[in-house]
Amino acid sequence: MTARSTQNKRKRFDPVLLLVLLLIVFLTGLLVQVILATDYLGSGLGDDVARFQDLSGVESPVTAVLLNFRGYDTLLEVMVLLMAVVGVWSLTRAPFPKKPIEPGPIQLAVVRLLAPLMVLFSFYLVWQGSHLAGGAFQGGAVLGGACVLMLVSELPWLKNISSRFLRIGLLSGPLVFLGVAILCIVLQGTLLDYPQEWVGTLLLLIETACAVSIGLTLACLFAGGRPKDDLSGGRKR
Amino acid sequence: MITNMLYSLGGLLLFIMGLFALIACSHPLRKILAVNVMATGVFLILIATAYKQAGAGEIDPVPHAMVLTGIVVSVSVTALALILACRVQETSNRSLSQQRKNDFTGAGE
Amino acid sequence: MMSYSILTVFDIVLISTLLWLAWKMLRSEDIFKAVVLFISFGLLMALAWVRMRAPDVALAEAALGAGLTGPLFLSALRRMERLHKDERRVDIDEERKSDRTLDTKQKEAL
Repeated sequence: MTARSTQNKRKRFDPVLLLVLLLIVFLTGLLVQVILATDYLGSGLGDDVARFQDLSGVESPVTAVLLNFRGYDTLLEVMVLLMAVVGVWSLTRAPFPKKPIEPGPIQLAVVRLLAPLMVLFSFYLVWQGSHLAGGAFQGGAVLGGACVLMLVSELPWLKNISSRFLRIGLLSGPLVFLGVAILCIVLQGTLLDYPQEWVGTLLLLIETACAVSIGLTLACLFAGGRPKDDLSGGRKR
Repeated sequence: MITNMLYSLGGLLLFIMGLFALIACSHPLRKILAVNVMATGVFLILIATAYKQAGAGEIDPVPHAMVLTGIVVSVSVTALALILACRVQETSNRSLSQQRKNDFTGAGE
Repeated sequence: MMSYSILTVFDIVLISTLLWLAWKMLRSEDIFKAVVLFISFGLLMALAWVRMRAPDVALAEAALGAGLTGPLFLSALRRMERLHKDERRVDIDEERKSDRTLDTKQKEAL
């Protein structure tokens, strides 16, 4: 205890840290002024979104903004997620335990009960996203949670899945989104300018594909490395 | 009005806290935690800017969509940073033990 | 305006709890404890999103911020600790080996 307090004292008198503290206090003052000067009563973009809500093909304003009004952002964001997986896979191999760990009976029962429910709930969230809170990201997150639950309990059949299916699943979201965007160029002449009669169906298609690939992305990020069969054509590093 | 300001100030304090911890702490995991706290502070400020009381008009959904994408991106960035931190530790450890081995062999000869 | 004042009290309690949790998290000596605090911080954050009338963000935060980031940190922590253990074992082996070589050298010298 005394050691810690002396350490704290030494930290407090460290000149560099003192300088950092001073700069941070200065920054805080500036930012507080910005917050006090912000106008919170203006309507922002809410009225504009409400005016064009009928044209977006969905009833939930957040989903409309995500996939229709600012679809370009979301397209790039799905690509960012793919890039994160590529980065992780290029860095290291997934750490597999030497001998398989036998999961306990309670853990197995919990996984058996929860994992299918979570998968079902994730697709319910995607479907619900067109009119209430929910959507591709929330559905994908719950799907990723289900995959992480299965990964944590070390189910043996999970390790034997060919990584080809995994790659197809990871790519499905970005490819479907990009395909629809290019289809829009062909049909309408502008990127992501959905044809009015198909807009609801197209958004649901994009959302489903994105939810699958977001869920798999999160699971791959949790697994922490490329799979055992990395399809690199025999080149070993 | 006062609610917006309260939550904005809370987000600001979270951001500042995370920034200080990011600079002052040396452990990589703690740095990544600090970055997460900073991101949460920024999200809180964004959402607080869009907040309106029930009946006071439409809530601006654009910041909500931005924060939604931001949360997903911050999780993937966190995962990448954690793997990088693990790799750094792995390689530095390996080189450390390698170095020591070399030292010992050099001393033995 | 009674409900308004009660909600303001709730806001102040929620924000101060969030700040206190963040402070404890960033100051704690034990990283495992910090990660657990981070998970609870994420759950309280979801409550704050609901209060800000952003249910979409609350759902994402509850699933991602609390449900996925926490396990990510824990698995990274386990990986790093395993590395440390390996390192320590290597050290002990090398110390033993060097002790042995020293012994043999001393014997030879004798």
